[in-house]
Amino acid sequence: MHELALSQGIVEVVCTRAAADGARRVRRVCIAIGALSPVEPNAIEFCFDAASRGTLAEGAVLEIRRPPGRARCRSCDRVVTIAGYDRPCPLCGEGRWVLVGGDELQVLELEVE
Amino acid sequence: MCGVCGCGGAGAGLEDDRTGGPARHGHGHEQEHGHEHEHEHVGADGTVLRHRHDLHHHAHHHPSDHDHPHPHAHPHPGHRPDRDEDGTTRLLRVEQDILAKNNAGAAANRELFAAAGVFAVNLMSSPGAGKTTLLVRTLTDLKGRFPAAVIEGDQQTSVDADRIRATGTPALQVNTGTGCHLDALMVTRAVGRLGLAAESLLFIENVGNLVCPAGFDLGETRRVVVLSTTEGEDKPLKYPNMFAVADLLVINKTDLLPHLTFDVGRLVDYARRIRPDLEVIQVSATTGDGLGHWYQWLETGLAAARRHRETDCR
Repeated sequence: MHELALSQGIVEVVCTRAAADGARRVRRVCIAIGALSPVEPNAIEFCFDAASRGTLAEGAVLEIRRPPGRARCRSCDRVVTIAGYDRPCPLCGEGRWVLVGGDELQVLELEVE
Repeated sequence: MCGVCGCGGAGAGLEDDRTGGPARHGHGHEQEHGHEHEHEHVGADGTVLRHRHDLHHHAHHHPSDHDHPHPHAHPHPGHRPDRDEDGTTRLLRVEQDILAKNNAGAAANRELFAAAGVFAVNLMSSPGAGKTTLLVRTLTDLKGRFPAAVIEGDQQTSVDADRIRATGTPALQVNTGTGCHLDALMVTRAVGRLGLAAESLLFIENVGNLVCPAGFDLGETRRVVVLSTTEGEDKPLKYPNMFAVADLLVINKTDLLPHLTFDVGRLVDYARRIRPDLEVIQVSATTGDGLGHWYQWLETGLAAARRHRETDCR
């Protein structure tokens, strides 16, 4: 279950940062799961509760942002929003492009007390 | 087992991107106006305070859709800039990769392979596509040509490693338990136990799964997806992440094509929609048909790994 492994990764990043800041508790965790990343946000949400139990992040609200896929079209050389790996460039219809964003998995920020 | 892995959801629907920086908004007008807004202050230690300002006025004279600076100071009497109004909560900016640990492990593996001139191939597929059969045949046919070793990933049993060892090739079984993929640290540990012969071919046979292994860089030199003719041609569209990271598609079980309605052309078309530069080799690991191309691909990769090692040593 790789979402559990990823959730443990999130909790590790969060708790390390929070502890370094002397936080007593994490109230909110904001993460980015790119729309084209191989990760299911619902499963992350589900696993985060289990992974954070007994840590500084227990009970924290998990906020998930979904940056859209961004690609540079190989034909028209413009950076466009791409809704899926099988989608062509929405501007020129060319199917070949290079992904430049939207596959990230990041902890963005925390709210701690 | 893996109910939440990709199989679990309808996939990623697009939602709004709210990760843009502070105070970016588009407006085209030339007039003085009032507004209220929310913005952030970032401290030297990365601490972020986000707060609102009520209606206030400043002049704009500019074209549309752009960032604009705030040429005015906001006093914050009575509270520290990194604290909330009640002085108890604060925002910490992190911006750290969730897979940082795996990626660091992968980078270390990659360095290790490059320094030793090892050509490391991460072999991925659905269960039953014929990865192990392909490996057994490959290692038997290429025996004595160059050193080779195999890391076998499976949830349970050492059946596959036993099959590999029967060819005389060193193999190490990694059981992932309930885990659905190999990660970089498992590979690091396996390489430590297995030992790494210089200028050798290392196969890493991932857990049979078209979803999760795509998300974990192992530090391999190349990623190979094996898809057999008894599967659907539409798998590249159904499991795009796997095909998006692949360097080579091996279509296996071509000996069965006369008995199937499988359309190889359609599979290749779908796969190249996801990954335009994808190389494709058709084989039958059972009859040996097409394996010459596969062996050539391996030898070319190994020769490049050896060349790079020589270059780096100078």
